[in-house]
Amino acid sequence: MSLLEIRNLCVDFETVSGSFRAVDGVDLDIRETDILSIVGESGSGKSVSMLAVMGLLPWTAKITADKMEFEGHNLLTISNKARRNIIGRDIAMIFQEPMSSLNPCFTVGFQIAETLKQHLHLDRKARRKRTIELLDLVGIPAPEERIRAFPHQLSGGMCQRIMIAMAIACYPKLLIADEPTTALDVTIQAQIIDLLVNLQNETGMALVLITHDMGVVAETAKRVIVMYAGQQVEQQEVEGLFNSPRHPYTNALLNALPERSLDLDRLPTIEGVVPGAGDRPDGCLFSPRCKFVQDDCRANIPPLKSTGVNALRCFHPVDPGNLGI
Amino acid sequence: MFSFVIRRVALLIPIFFGVTLVSFGFIRMLPGDPVAALAGERDMTPERHAEMMARLGLDKPAWEQYFDYVWKLLHGDFGTSVLTNRPVLDEFLELFPATLELGMAAMLLAIIIGLPIGIFAAIKRGTIYDQGIMGLSLIGYSMPIFWWGLLLIILFGGIWGLTPISGRISYLFDVETVTGFLLIDTLLSGEEGAFASAVHHMILPTIVLGTIPLAIIARQTRSAMLEVLSEDYVRTARAKGLSPLRVYGLHALRNAMITVITVIGLQVGTLMAGAILTETIFSWPGIGKWIIFSVFSRDYYAVQGGLVLIAMIIMSVNLVVDLLYGLINPRIMHTNS
Amino acid sequence: MDSSAGSARKSGILRRDILEFWYYFSENKAAVIGLVFLLGIIFMAIFAGFIAPHDPTIQYRDCLEQPPTWGAEKCNFLFGTDYAGRDMLSRIIYGTRLSLIAGGMVVILCLSIGIMFGVIAGYYRGWVDITIMRIMDTILSVPGLLMALVLVAILGPGLLNAMIAISITYLPYFVRLTRSSYIIENTKEYVIASKISGASKFRIMFITILPNCMAPLIVQATLSFSTAILDTAALGFLGMGAQPPTPEWGTLIAENRDLMLSAPWTVTFPGLAILLAVLAINLMGDGLRDAFDPKLKRS
Repeated sequence: MSLLEIRNLCVDFETVSGSFRAVDGVDLDIRETDILSIVGESGSGKSVSMLAVMGLLPWTAKITADKMEFEGHNLLTISNKARRNIIGRDIAMIFQEPMSSLNPCFTVGFQIAETLKQHLHLDRKARRKRTIELLDLVGIPAPEERIRAFPHQLSGGMCQRIMIAMAIACYPKLLIADEPTTALDVTIQAQIIDLLVNLQNETGMALVLITHDMGVVAETAKRVIVMYAGQQVEQQEVEGLFNSPRHPYTNALLNALPERSLDLDRLPTIEGVVPGAGDRPDGCLFSPRCKFVQDDCRANIPPLKSTGVNALRCFHPVDPGNLGI
Repeated sequence: MFSFVIRRVALLIPIFFGVTLVSFGFIRMLPGDPVAALAGERDMTPERHAEMMARLGLDKPAWEQYFDYVWKLLHGDFGTSVLTNRPVLDEFLELFPATLELGMAAMLLAIIIGLPIGIFAAIKRGTIYDQGIMGLSLIGYSMPIFWWGLLLIILFGGIWGLTPISGRISYLFDVETVTGFLLIDTLLSGEEGAFASAVHHMILPTIVLGTIPLAIIARQTRSAMLEVLSEDYVRTARAKGLSPLRVYGLHALRNAMITVITVIGLQVGTLMAGAILTETIFSWPGIGKWIIFSVFSRDYYAVQGGLVLIAMIIMSVNLVVDLLYGLINPRIMHTNS
Repeated sequence: MDSSAGSARKSGILRRDILEFWYYFSENKAAVIGLVFLLGIIFMAIFAGFIAPHDPTIQYRDCLEQPPTWGAEKCNFLFGTDYAGRDMLSRIIYGTRLSLIAGGMVVILCLSIGIMFGVIAGYYRGWVDITIMRIMDTILSVPGLLMALVLVAILGPGLLNAMIAISITYLPYFVRLTRSSYIIENTKEYVIASKISGASKFRIMFITILPNCMAPLIVQATLSFSTAILDTAALGFLGMGAQPPTPEWGTLIAENRDLMLSAPWTVTFPGLAILLAVLAINLMGDGLRDAFDPKLKRS
């Protein structure tokens, strides 16, 4: 049975200039111990769809879906109080900017212990013990001293470790990591990803990794969802995706990786820009930039077709034999 | 932290000299003959004039006079009132508790109401509650408080006859001064009804004096909260599944307080200026009324002394607020350590 | 580049900026109401002679302390009359002039002197800066109204002296604001570019940098305009501002104060006039601040 099951998730934002659709038809199944990666450019709706699951979007956002369930709880109709019992405990999330995601006015020990108090109702002594244990687990040296530190006294990588400790404090079943390494130094990035993967192995929680880094995807994920302009365009197992991408956007994205174009003079690029609120094409959202575009792509919106774990939103998928390099 | 305190105190020294220079210059810049102005005598004989000149030290060079003046100040001599012939400091200290009591009551009112409604408006941003609260506080902020006081007197004192309109306590009571705070002294005296009478007399002045600080605190709390609510750490707090009370009341408010504390500290100046008007309207026997009276009766030594003393009080409050700011903001307290 | 083309482009950018500014300003309905109300007040001040039903100084001896009436046969005064039988409405309308002039004068004085000191402090830094800023700190360490009272005691009571005194107490805000935004702008690339291309000291100070510091100063000026009206009225009320029989709003309240229980309209209406004028300007000031604030623009 799926841990988290989402069908046709849409998120609209009310703005001064009318409504704007940030997420447009996302299907998702996450089973226990799964590692799913969501890739896409900035603004492709990958963070927004996960924030919708957490119920963390501002009130200007309107969330609709055919189904959005976590362990049988309908997240669309759940009361705020019941939701607060789930998020932070069964579903935890870490964010892009570790430095600003921690409250500057409280010690990191307090901030971790707060979660323990909220969900596990531990007493003071047990909270302290578990906090130190958690800091140790995420690889922070001298945890007994660090619990008294304020966030501004720690580096970005350290802060992200604290955030991870906070997230795994209540043994979550699902951890959502929203671009956890984007704001960090390159050398630290690998450490944080390793830490996440190790923790996932040890605890068996499911992991959703939101990223735009294809390298991270290849190393960690089991399954990958590719998003473009708010739409889910493809879903595959990680080997399949890298070996035979079906959607032209995925294909173009992979072709743009420096590792894949060693024999070329210039790195391939995807011409054009992601459509904004005002210039959405009528048909397939990728059609203005697609190399394989045909007339029906411009006229009709391709539906998301699922076959097993795979899903694809394209009329004319890329032939695995002809990758169009 | 220690060096932070030292730096803050050192900053006050030039301001102290600035204020004393102003108050020193004030007496010398008065129109007409300073001797006549200060001695409060008219038609002096030339001998008497020369004698007064020497007694007031006006025959010495200006810089020497200034250093004499500062020297005396540092030894607690703030001059002598021409009108009552008593040391200015004594008069000031006698009247100050009345102003302090009223000021604290007004500040308390402003904080107790201003802070929660500011928070509430920020949480309910854009709703009718927010607009209502912000509209009312803009009216409060725009209020000519001397008129506001008169209006309340007309309504509550005159038309409805609910509250007394002047003084600190009914003339029926004769309460012994112990602390100078009438609310405490009436309780100590044990006289029946005295405390109630003192409270009754305080209601209108407190509302009048508290109105502008209340409006400012509400507005600033709202904007500080709005700024904080968009921060990532508030999202983190919500992602932990914490209750709204904890998210807003602890995580957001604690950060917003860093700004709000400063704003509250700055209200002390507003309160002193407001006290001048409020005390005049309600015949409240405090510093504000005293200084206006001194200006009108040309008791310039009293004005001069009052000026320096009030400036010193405000400087010390600002210092305390600065230190408090350092204490509440871990980014200041825990650097250099 | 051709200089006429340059200036044409400049004016185009300026027009676009003004349009964009107006767009954000007009989003705020309360601010627009404030602006309209303020324009009404200004109109009333200019044409007081035509609008006011009576001469503000004529004493109608038969109609002393007449309550407000509408359409009465005898002694028909919309806002009533004061202790000397003068028409309150006309006195309030004429009072608009004084309050607006006082507010305007204070703002002009503060802007011109404040900007000058602020730019000088920001440009020279060092001891010049320290001296100017310590003087400003000194002024700030005494409550504004008390400082103004002391200054009026030196200068002598009167509307003009009240304006000067109030200007001095507001000066520090303008100096601080100019100095801090000047220092921030001074480190930016366009200033360095201007220095490298050999612009004169004066040009850098007032033509290159100053226009970029104006937004917060305009907001401060608006807010000072309203507080100046309040403080002028307060000084008038305390008897240290405009002197009777000048129909200044604060003075009106002071001269009728003894009547406040028997003839409350003589006190109520002038105060209401102050409140509404100040409120309108503050509404507008809030709108200006929001329209200038790029942070709020994004949302």
